[in-house]
Amino acid sequence: MNSAALSQSDDHEWKLSGGWTVHSLGTLGQPLDVEACAQGDIILDGEKLEALDSAGAWVLQVWLQRHDAAATLQHWPPRMQALMEQVGAYTRLKGEPKSQPNAEPEAQPNAELNSKRMDNKSAAEPAQSSLAPLLAQIGLSAYAAAEQALALLTFTGRTATTALNLMRHPTRIRWRAVLHNIQIGGFEALPIVGLTAFLLGVVVAYQGADQLKHYGANIFVVELVGYSMLREFAPLITAIIVAGRSGSAFSAQIGTMVVTDEIDALRTIDIDPTELLVLPKIAGLLVALPLLTVFADITGVFGGMVMARSQLGIGFYEFLDRFGHEIHGSAFLVGVGKSLVFAVIIAGIGCFQGFRTTDSADSVGRQTTTSVVQSIFLVIVVDALFSVVFNILNI
Amino acid sequence: MRGVSTHFGKHAVHTDLDLEVRRGEILAIAGGSGSGKSVLLREMILLQKPSAGSIKIFGDEIASLDEAATHQLRQRWGVMFQKGGLFGALTVRENVGLPLREHTALDDKMIDDIADWKLSLTGLEPDDGVKLPSALSGGMVKRAALARALALDPELLFLDEPTSGLDPASARGVTELILKTHALYGLTIVMVTHDLDLLWRASDRVAVLGERRVMMTAPMAELQHNDNPIVQEYFVDARGDARSDAHIQARGQTAASSPVSTSAAALTPVPTPSLTTPPAPHGR
Repeated sequence: MNSAALSQSDDHEWKLSGGWTVHSLGTLGQPLDVEACAQGDIILDGEKLEALDSAGAWVLQVWLQRHDAAATLQHWPPRMQALMEQVGAYTRLKGEPKSQPNAEPEAQPNAELNSKRMDNKSAAEPAQSSLAPLLAQIGLSAYAAAEQALALLTFTGRTATTALNLMRHPTRIRWRAVLHNIQIGGFEALPIVGLTAFLLGVVVAYQGADQLKHYGANIFVVELVGYSMLREFAPLITAIIVAGRSGSAFSAQIGTMVVTDEIDALRTIDIDPTELLVLPKIAGLLVALPLLTVFADITGVFGGMVMARSQLGIGFYEFLDRFGHEIHGSAFLVGVGKSLVFAVIIAGIGCFQGFRTTDSADSVGRQTTTSVVQSIFLVIVVDALFSVVFNILNI
Repeated sequence: MRGVSTHFGKHAVHTDLDLEVRRGEILAIAGGSGSGKSVLLREMILLQKPSAGSIKIFGDEIASLDEAATHQLRQRWGVMFQKGGLFGALTVRENVGLPLREHTALDDKMIDDIADWKLSLTGLEPDDGVKLPSALSGGMVKRAALARALALDPELLFLDEPTSGLDPASARGVTELILKTHALYGLTIVMVTHDLDLLWRASDRVAVLGERRVMMTAPMAELQHNDNPIVQEYFVDARGDARSDAHIQARGQTAASSPVSTSAAALTPVPTPSLTTPPAPHGR
């Protein structure tokens, strides 16, 4: 197909040739802007016109309108003529072709239109730079945050009442779902949690070894690794991994169920989604997360032991002997106790964000991201609070 | 439903809407996109609260039901969702059996048998029962969803767009299925649809939503001769005219075999009000 071209045969007559389609239009749009055409009635001869699509008709109509010209179509195939008229009706309806991509202000020969556009711009600019949109933005964000906090409160309340109700009818507890969640969220997370905690133990011991060597206090690596792993690192790293693994899975699962009407379907067949979906997940994590934490304790301390032997010359037996003497059971209990709270946070936020999904796949992704970010953030905040409280209580 | 109003923010969907469903009838709720058909349905099935007004089902005001009564009510109806709403984690048979498993003391074997029977009623093969919903075609999903809605032999059945997204043949199959179900159980059916074929063949009365209320409730044959512009625009277009006679007959014959013209007509494009002016004569 030849590329689109336009040639003037006399004062009021223009000949179109080639294909006026998205592909063969090329860059004709811009030069056309500059090219003048007489105002009033002109004739567009379509005898050599090979093809015309919406883009071609659009360019022509915009060109005509810019010059206040009305065209009579001569020798046009009826189909193209119809298309041309449809496009014309639409562009006229829109009035000034402001959003027209070809109509860059620089390429505008028409001074009057140009100044009009400038006026529009200068009128719009001060509004944008003023404080109002910023304030509105802050207000909207605050409103959204308050709304979310309220929704979370409602969700917590509903979950708690459902849980209490279920306690009174223990036969209704869905053990299968609970066990399933323990398997998925706990058992299957063992390798990754173990490996991460092991590496963390290695890192802690390695960093400590360097400092301790200076003072000849090599043996204190036991306390360093023991307390930091048991109290902080094991519960925290386990919670973060589980938030990424299970928390995201919870919200994606529930979010997808919202999108596919499954949640509504549950409600209409009189099954409480909280009872079926939320509580087994929370219960499952309440079992799985402390167990994972214990596992992380073990592999983390083992990582420290390996490092202590290779860097500080402290044998396994010596390490374990001191470990048994010096590390209090409370350190272990503090870590496991914290993981219970983390479990509730991760499962709760995961489900909560899942239920906040609106009717689109996009929203499932967004809520899943939000759930992971929020639960990790909350886990760390709560961990910090625990540190403060334990410090005050001297635990 | 009396004086029901719904608005989301400033946007009013219904204002002071009245609608009555008679026992044993098939009532279709029709209206253009955005007229609030689905919202209305969601309000009836307790998924959404209207902003104002009263909704009574089986004579009870649903807003004032206590928890126990709500549970009872929910077990007296069946709902089929537009997208099916089958549980992706369960097989089709488990999906159908779920309401029974939850709300009855029947043993598992019997539940599976009943589920299989409901599936066969809706025209699915026994093999389909062990499949996961994701392995089913669109038409089969709708059938399975209907089977689940019928699991507890409800007195009231809500269908949301039962034929949307189906090819004409499957849509006709679902339409016949609805008629068959209605004949078998004598239940009341409320369906939201904009499928003219379904409206003509399976509805006793049609409630037309427009201007934020129910404009009128009448059988299709009456609606067709109504001169309200909105009703006209919706029903008495080229499709309705071309098919009406054939369909009044089809409904009369309990729709055992439907005329082939239905599918052909459904494929005919609707002439849109066009901006095109008639082509001018070549040259001048």
